[in-house]
Amino acid sequence: MADSDIKALTEALPAETFETTAFTAPPSLSEATVAIVTTASLHHPEQDDFQAMDAGYRVLDGSRRDYVTGHWSPNFDGTGFAYDMNTVFPLDRLDELAEQGVIGRVADQHLAYAGNQFDLSAIRLDSGPAGAAWLKEQGVDVVLLTPV
Amino acid sequence: MSTLAHIFEAAGIATVALGSIRRQIEGTAPPRGLWCDFPLGRPLGKPGDPAFQHRVLAAAFALLGADEPVVTEFDESIPDGGDEMLACPLPPRHDPDAHPAIDEARGLRPAYDRGVEMSDGRFAAGRVVAADDIPAAIEAFIRIAEGTPWKEAGIPGMPLRVSHDIRSYYETAALALVDHAPAAWAGTRWFLDRTETGKVLLAARHAMQEQEAPHGMWFYLTPGDR
Repeated sequence: MADSDIKALTEALPAETFETTAFTAPPSLSEATVAIVTTASLHHPEQDDFQAMDAGYRVLDGSRRDYVTGHWSPNFDGTGFAYDMNTVFPLDRLDELAEQGVIGRVADQHLAYAGNQFDLSAIRLDSGPAGAAWLKEQGVDVVLLTPV
Repeated sequence: MSTLAHIFEAAGIATVALGSIRRQIEGTAPPRGLWCDFPLGRPLGKPGDPAFQHRVLAAAFALLGADEPVVTEFDESIPDGGDEMLACPLPPRHDPDAHPAIDEARGLRPAYDRGVEMSDGRFAAGRVVAADDIPAAIEAFIRIAEGTPWKEAGIPGMPLRVSHDIRSYYETAALALVDHAPAAWAGTRWFLDRTETGKVLLAARHAMQEQEAPHGMWFYLTPGDR
């Protein structure tokens, strides 16, 4: 069993394509509000777990550290995240960058979606734009996207 | 994930996407993408290594200076040779009347509880099968491995979800039995290739395939390449 063998199983899946690539110029990073959006299906223990084909998102409170993974795929290593949450959700690192003045501030809240979706239409048409609107309301300028 | 990058950028938010699978991130082509050749499950590369994680973040945020879409790669890979396995002690036999897998799972319970405490339960059992019920869930797979039709074996939920909790139980216990960050997949290899329950799960998966269970019912009991 090797990581490359597991990746090979997914490499043949068709990639989602876009006719044009939207491109937003960010403010200076030292003045930007940065949020993490992960597709690792993270959630707080009291939030609903992710179900199969769950296209929704969960709001993650950045002042907490009780994140659990709700990803159902067997095709990822879970011990890295178990040992150190920053392996997937590098919130401590962003806090350090904010303290150093490298980034303006870390958003108070972040988002988690479920990756490994076979049909992305609900995310493209519904929960993706809804998440974007929510991030805009929080004053987020820059999003770091992390998979699992 | 790269799909979300396109959506967020269209809404006026700048993004940087990390990706672990080259063909996927290059195929979806997010506005700013950093392919990191790291094992699946570890997009920041190295658990417990803040300096390395900061290097990844610096490379990612540097892409914010690009004036057009860009997908590039991080300058260091973390290869997985496919053979590293946790050197993890297993409990001695305690109840000679119990199936070895059941005895083993019961014996790992103290380590599991310590592992949950160490990891804040981030990858713990309990999504469909609570830790107390893991031995009973293993019993269902023992029955399948011994010939019981899978639908009659008493699996306490969707097979893949039950197996996910069993694997999480073992890998969380393993965290408490080693004193370092495990290499990627080393815990899974230990579970599948060294433990009695891993053997049971692989045998049950094979039996379900032989019983012509639907593909999704048996295939996802373990990582796909097994």
